[in-house]
Amino acid sequence: MATQTIRRHSVLVRLTHWINVLCFTLLVMSGMQIFNAHPALDVGSTSDFAHPLVDLGDGFPHWLTLPGYQDLALGRRWHFFLAWLFVLNGLAYLLVGLIGRHVRRDLVPTVAELRSLPHEIAEHARLRFPAGEAARRYNVLQQLTYLVVILVLLPLMLATGLTMSPGMDAAFPWLPELFGGRQTARTIHFASASLLVLFTVVHLAMVVLSGFFNNLRSMVTGRYVLPPERVSRERLTRERVS
Amino acid sequence: MTILRRRLLTGALGGGALLTLAGCDSVSDSPEVQDVLGRVEGLDRWLQRRLQGRDALAREFTAADISREFRANGSTSVDDPDYQRLAEGGFADWRLTVDGLVQRPLSLSLAELRAMPSRTQITRHDCVEGWSCIGQWSGVRLASILALAGLQPAARYVVFHCADTLERTLDNSGQYYESIDLIDAAHPQTILAYDMNGAPLPVAHGAPLRVRVERQLGYKMAKYVMRIEVVDSFSSLGRGRGSFWADRGYEWYAGI
Repeated sequence: MATQTIRRHSVLVRLTHWINVLCFTLLVMSGMQIFNAHPALDVGSTSDFAHPLVDLGDGFPHWLTLPGYQDLALGRRWHFFLAWLFVLNGLAYLLVGLIGRHVRRDLVPTVAELRSLPHEIAEHARLRFPAGEAARRYNVLQQLTYLVVILVLLPLMLATGLTMSPGMDAAFPWLPELFGGRQTARTIHFASASLLVLFTVVHLAMVVLSGFFNNLRSMVTGRYVLPPERVSRERLTRERVS
Repeated sequence: MTILRRRLLTGALGGGALLTLAGCDSVSDSPEVQDVLGRVEGLDRWLQRRLQGRDALAREFTAADISREFRANGSTSVDDPDYQRLAEGGFADWRLTVDGLVQRPLSLSLAELRAMPSRTQITRHDCVEGWSCIGQWSGVRLASILALAGLQPAARYVVFHCADTLERTLDNSGQYYESIDLIDAAHPQTILAYDMNGAPLPVAHGAPLRVRVERQLGYKMAKYVMRIEVVDSFSSLGRGRGSFWADRGYEWYAGI
């Protein structure tokens, strides 16, 4: 069987993806720098210094932070600069993705795809990934994960980030109300960032396990070779019987 | 695709990622980069001012919301012997100087400030470090003091000169100072507070007088205020960036 090469990712997806990689990495690193200035989390409007919800002691090691030494001022500069880039990049993706139907065509699962969810989970657990024609589209697990990241976690990051700003709170007093106070917003910002980091780890693992080079190339040049169909032993048996 | 191209692509990506991480500090340390990164401060200020309008108030809380422990940050005492003498006398001899680009320079005692119409507000104090406390503040509106002194047409910023030295330096640039523009100076919640939680301001929180600028971070709210100077530019003050912390890389506009 001849291998089939398809154009998998549009220029928009590839470009915004790599800008995202850069911004998100540096946002997490500068975010940890900012967090280290008060490495504890609280709920409500105010901080409980004696009994915070979470106490992270000395915070994150400096080799993980941006810059790589204690400097809150510089960490904030990076964070707020990158946040603009990140948001504009995300808006460009969403806008073009909505107009160009990328979101509806590739990300919103069909009913049939939703029905295949248990099957897809079982397959992923066995590290068996869609091949052949099925590999033309994102599978339903990818679709749902990407939708949660794009429509839930990332907007949550932005909204909770803005809620930590006293200037924004004066402009939109409903913001801290919505999240149950500035410190709760800070905690949600942290939790949501942690989930995004977890997503990135799983995403990278999947990229490696389901054909590292093919995946990487498809996100750089757009070209993707459809993995050949696996012929399972059961199907061979079944075919012989019939 | 050949193995070579494969290796090149993978190597380039991996190398790029490593260089990015390792290069961050050298990039961070470059003054040009810091300057570019800092440019968004102007954008942030412009946007927040548009969104807020001039008089949007910071939320005011109830007495039940007041924090049991209100952390004191920055200077919590003052070494200056003149200040210590004033403190020993209960600040009876303390006077607030108002000068610079005003029509009538003022010298006001604490009793005179207390005799003026006061404003009391229970607000959330957000530290740049990330924590928040709620406290009750009573004082006189900065706008009232400025109206009393009368601004000259060239006036653009209000500078607070403080008694505390937060960093020991030979050239005395470690003296705390802050500045705000006339929009924040005119804001109804911008007060010179002499009471905190219903009692005279403790020394740790800036006795006898501190500024409240409720739509910005805590470091804007200078403590131990001794002199208010109205200027058209802060380039000749400190290291020229308009505040102790702005001189040290923090944003002058601290709405974020």
